[in-house]
Amino acid sequence: MNWPHKDLIGIADLEAEEITTIFDLAPNFKEISRRDIKKVPTLRGKTVVLIFYEASTRTRLSFEIAAKRLSADTVAISQTGSAFQKGETMMDAAKNIMAMMPDCIVMRYPYAGMLPRLAKELPCSVINAGDGYHEHPTQALLDMYSMREHFGALKGLNVVMVGDIMHSRVARSNVYGLKKMGARVTLVGPKTLMPPGIESWGAAVSTEFDPVIPDADVIMMLRIQKERIAEHLFPGDREYSSFYGLGKARVAMMKKDAVIMHPGPMNRGVEINSDAADSKRAIILDQVENGVAIRMALMYLCLGGSNVD
Amino acid sequence: MWIKGGRVIDPATKKDAVADIEIEGGIIKDIRQSAKAAKKSECIDATGKWIIPGLIDMHVHFREPGFEYKEDILSGSMAAAAGGITTAVCMANTRPVNDNPSVTGHIMKKVSDAGIIRVLPVGAATKNMEGRELSEMGLMKKAGIVAVSDDGNPIESAAMMRRAMQYASTFGLILMSHCQDRTLSGKGVMNEGRLSSRLGLPGIPNIAEDVMVARDIMISAELGIPVHITHVSTHGSISAVRDAKKSGVPVTCDVTPHNLLLTEERVRTYDTNAKMYPPLRSEADRQALIDCLKNGTVDCIATDHAPHAKDEKDLDFDLAPFGVTGLQTLLPAILKLHYDCRIPLMNILAMVTINPARILGIEGGRIDKGGRADIAIVDPKAEWTLTEDMLVSKSKNSPFIGWKFKGRVTTTIAAGKVVYKA
Ligand SMILES: [Zn+2]
Repeated sequence: MNWPHKDLIGIADLEAEEITTIFDLAPNFKEISRRDIKKVPTLRGKTVVLIFYEASTRTRLSFEIAAKRLSADTVAISQTGSAFQKGETMMDAAKNIMAMMPDCIVMRYPYAGMLPRLAKELPCSVINAGDGYHEHPTQALLDMYSMREHFGALKGLNVVMVGDIMHSRVARSNVYGLKKMGARVTLVGPKTLMPPGIESWGAAVSTEFDPVIPDADVIMMLRIQKERIAEHLFPGDREYSSFYGLGKARVAMMKKDAVIMHPGPMNRGVEINSDAADSKRAIILDQVENGVAIRMALMYLCLGGSNVD
Repeated sequence: MWIKGGRVIDPATKKDAVADIEIEGGIIKDIRQSAKAAKKSECIDATGKWIIPGLIDMHVHFREPGFEYKEDILSGSMAAAAGGITTAVCMANTRPVNDNPSVTGHIMKKVSDAGIIRVLPVGAATKNMEGRELSEMGLMKKAGIVAVSDDGNPIESAAMMRRAMQYASTFGLILMSHCQDRTLSGKGVMNEGRLSSRLGLPGIPNIAEDVMVARDIMISAELGIPVHITHVSTHGSISAVRDAKKSGVPVTCDVTPHNLLLTEERVRTYDTNAKMYPPLRSEADRQALIDCLKNGTVDCIATDHAPHAKDEKDLDFDLAPFGVTGLQTLLPAILKLHYDCRIPLMNILAMVTINPARILGIEGGRIDKGGRADIAIVDPKAEWTLTEDMLVSKSKNSPFIGWKFKGRVTTTIAAGKVVYKA
C-alpha cells in the first residue's frame, strides 16, 4: 500500500482516491471488531499517544479502541482548559512528548493552527481529532463511510446538514469531503450560525429546513451548544427546535430511504427528538461502530502497518 | 558638523536638490548649494545618498514602564534610530498607564537618560484607559504629552468620546482614536471572511472598525474639533475619512505599513507575527488604502510598533498577543510603496515627516534653516533582505522577516548628534 501521508490534519489535504482507499480498507477492520478476539498484530510495538485538551469521551475512546485492536500501546493524556498557557508552550509540550518516541500522536485541541505546525515539526504521525473551528477529519470520514455503506456510493447523494455550521469543524470537514466525493451538500441554519464567506464553500445554503427535507438522502443534525445561546446567537431551545429541530413531523416529510445522522453527543429535545434519534432511519450507532474501523484503517495507513489478518 | 553632497529631499519646504548641510548646537545652521564646503569640523560624505528629515512615527509602544522585557525606552529608541526615526510618539498602555503627570514625568526622564531620539508620550484620554473618567490631560500636557488616546482600549461610550475630544482640545491636544467596536470584534483574531472560516479562526469583521470611525467623524463634525483616526485598515473607514475630509470635517488618519503591504493571506500558515489589531485585511481593503494613499486621504504612515516577547508570540494564534514591530521597516516599506505604487517620493515622505508634525503640533519633520537637526541619510540603491539578527528591538515579531527591500538608512542624526550609523 502506497500511502503518501504521515499525518491527517484535514480532509482538505486528501484526494478523492485517498478517501476511497480508506473506505475500501474499512470493512476488513470492521470485521476484526466483530470477532471474538478483537485484536490483530498490525501495529505491535508501536506507541500511540492520545492527547485530549478538550473533553471528548467518545472520540477518545474510539481512537483508543482502534489503536488497541491493532495491538499498539496507547497512552492517554487529558487536559482540559489551558494549563499550557501558563508557562509551557504547546511546542515545548510536544517536544517533550516527542522525546519519548511515540509513533503517533492523536490530538484534540481547542485552537486551530497548532496541529499543522506539530505535523510539520514532529517526525511521528499526527492525527487531528478535532482542532478549534478548523477540522475534524476522522469524524467526516466515518460519516461519509456510513453514508457510502448505506447507499453504496456517495456520488449524487444529497446531504443536508443542519445547525451550527459556523462553529462546527464536523460540518467543515464533511463539506470538503462530500464535495470531493461528488455529493451535493445543503447547509441549513439561522444566519447567526452561518460562517462568513459560506457562499464560497460550494454548498447550497438555506435558512429554512422544511423545503429541503423531501429531497434529502441524508439529514445530518449538528450538536447545538448551550454557550451559543449565551452568546445570543439564537433565542433559546424552544425557538431553535421549532425551526431547526428534527422531530416526528419532519421525519414524516423525509424520503422513504433517507437516513438520519448525528455526530453525537445528542441534545435530545433540542436539535433532535427521540422520535428521530431512535427511529429506524437513524444510523447514528452505525456511525459510532464505523468510527472504530475508520480510525483503524487510518492508523494502519499512516503508521505503515502490516498483517491485516 | 557638515553633511556633504547628498540629495536633500524635504516635503515641508519642497526642496529637492544636492546640497550641503551645516549643523551646530542641534540646529540646522545652514543649507548651501553643494560646493566646496568648509573643511572645518566633522564631515559626513553623503554623495549619492538622500538626505531626508528624520522620520516621525506617531504610533509606537515602548512598553516602559511595566513591560520592559518586551521593550524599553532605550531599546525602542535604538531601534527607531536604526530605522531613521528621530521622533517616536509612544502610547499610554504601560503599567501603570500613562494617565497622570507623574508617569509622564517618569517617561520623560527615561527618554532624556536614553538620550538617543525624541520620544513624545501620548497620555491616556481616560483614567486607567477605562473609558469612565477623564484623565489629567492638562497636567500631562505640561509634563510633556503631545496627544491623548486610550488606543487599544477604545472608548466605548459615545458621550465619553465626545467629552474627551472637547476636553483635550481645551489644551490643544489631539485625540488619537483606535476605532474598534469590541462587541463586533468579539473573540476575533484575524480578518473575518472566507479565509478565517477556512482556517477555523474567529474573525474580526470590517464593520467593527467602520462603525466607530463613522461615530468619531460625526462627533468631530459636530464639535468642529479635530480627531485623528489611527491605523485605518478597511475600505469602509478610509472612504468615510475621505468623504468627511471633502465635507470639511477636521479628521486625519494614519495607516500602518503592514496594512499597506500585506493581506490576510499572510495568516494562512498561522504565523503569529501576522496577528495584529486591526488585522491584515483583504486585497480589496489594501487596494482602497493604497488609492487613498495616492489621493491624499491618508495623512500619515505610522508603524504601531508593538513588540512582544518570543514566548508570548509562540502561543496558539488564538492566544498570542496582537501586535508586530515596525520601526526598522518603516522607511524600506515606504520606499517599496513609492516604487511599486508609483507614489511620488515627496508625498510619501510627507506622511512620515511633516504631516505627523503638523497634526501633533510639534516642531521638526523638516529640513530648514534654524530647525531641529533631525536627519536621516539613506542609501537608495542598497538592496538587502531583512533577517531577525538585524532587528535592534528587544522583540523580533516582524511580519517582514525574509523580505527583500531596496533602500536603507545609513546614518541617523537626532538633534545634531549621530545616533545611528550602519
Ligand atoms: Zn491601536
